[in-house]
Amino acid sequence: MTREEALFQFLLRLGDNTLVLGQRVSEWCGHAPVLEEDIALANTALDLIGQTQLWLNLAGEVEGKGRDADKLAFLRDVWDFRNLLLVELPNGDFGRTMMRQFLFDAWQSVLLGRLMNSAEPRVAEIAEKAGKEVAYHVERSSGTVVGLGDGTEESHARMQAALDYLWPYVGEMFAPDEVDEEMARAGIAPDPAGLREEYDALVGRVLDEATLRVPEGRFFHRGGKNGARHTEHLGHMLTQMQWLQRAYPGASW
Amino acid sequence: MSRPSVEQVWQWLDGVPDPEIPVISLVDLGIIRDIAWTQDTLQVTVTPTYSGCPATTLINRDIEAALRARGIEKLKLVRRLSPAWTTDWLSEKGRRRLEEYGIAPPQPSGSPARCPRCGSDRLEKISQFGSTPCKAQWRCLGCLEPFEHFKCI
Repeated sequence: MTREEALFQFLLRLGDNTLVLGQRVSEWCGHAPVLEEDIALANTALDLIGQTQLWLNLAGEVEGKGRDADKLAFLRDVWDFRNLLLVELPNGDFGRTMMRQFLFDAWQSVLLGRLMNSAEPRVAEIAEKAGKEVAYHVERSSGTVVGLGDGTEESHARMQAALDYLWPYVGEMFAPDEVDEEMARAGIAPDPAGLREEYDALVGRVLDEATLRVPEGRFFHRGGKNGARHTEHLGHMLTQMQWLQRAYPGASW
Repeated sequence: MSRPSVEQVWQWLDGVPDPEIPVISLVDLGIIRDIAWTQDTLQVTVTPTYSGCPATTLINRDIEAALRARGIEKLKLVRRLSPAWTTDWLSEKGRRRLEEYGIAPPQPSGSPARCPRCGSDRLEKISQFGSTPCKAQWRCLGCLEPFEHFKCI
């Protein structure tokens, strides 16, 4: 794998994470428990889709085959997606959506902080822009996790169930492969394993305050970031997300 | 036509309202980062407020329309991401107008200083987000009116 090929894959991972999560979160539009949360979720989704445009346009530029963010988002099939399995999981209830958001926001905030010092200036400037938005996201999602975790008996039980369900999808964030090794060698991105300590400290602090317990066990699901084994949920999501471009190729407004 | 000065172009753009908060101009918002002539082409450098803000496309179109109407023929719009936009770049005039309009201007503390309607400092946050990506919702405990706060980033 050349450095350019690895960079392309790395950028797809960043852009597909925000794209798939942005699409998932936008599914809440009009369905959230209260109006304020509905608006907050839609705004979070909007930020994520905006970040997607930056990452995937850069990916297309690096690839050099004339694909832009729209082409990459709407004209690839499941096996070409490079997002973490965590973000493609169905929303579940509001609590599970917010727990997933928090687990992802925390990781993104740590990662973007490091990417601001990337040897690739085009990566560093996107990280700087997105980092400000993500700092705001993590403030909200951690606050909601604490509010619901340390809330009523019902909300606590739901948040603990959400954490138990989602935790085995966290490990994939920190498992390096040849793309990550090449990025680390080039000084473009940090070794993912090196983010774990900061992540665990941040997540641990919030979950403690939320009176939630991190499940035991080291097992984790993998296969999203290299596209080898997505869950069955991603394909269903893409049928909705890509429907218009598949039915009416090239349609625009 | 003769080439208008850069100062003149800044003035023209200060007359272009933000599409979502029309009481302030694009210059007040701090997103116009540079205006320069390269031979006979006018280059305007713009930075996005939020990466997903839907107004970004509209803003570029408004800049173009305003300058074309003034007779600028060769125009190039450049996007600049770094340094990332911050609410520190909001002009004093812009802050004043926001408050007169009923939107609490951004404060370094991250919370609004006072209710833009009655001036009370007894406030509570309703939601971290609002009707646009750049605002949050607050409520005044004095006059009980809800109001928007321009998020500080």
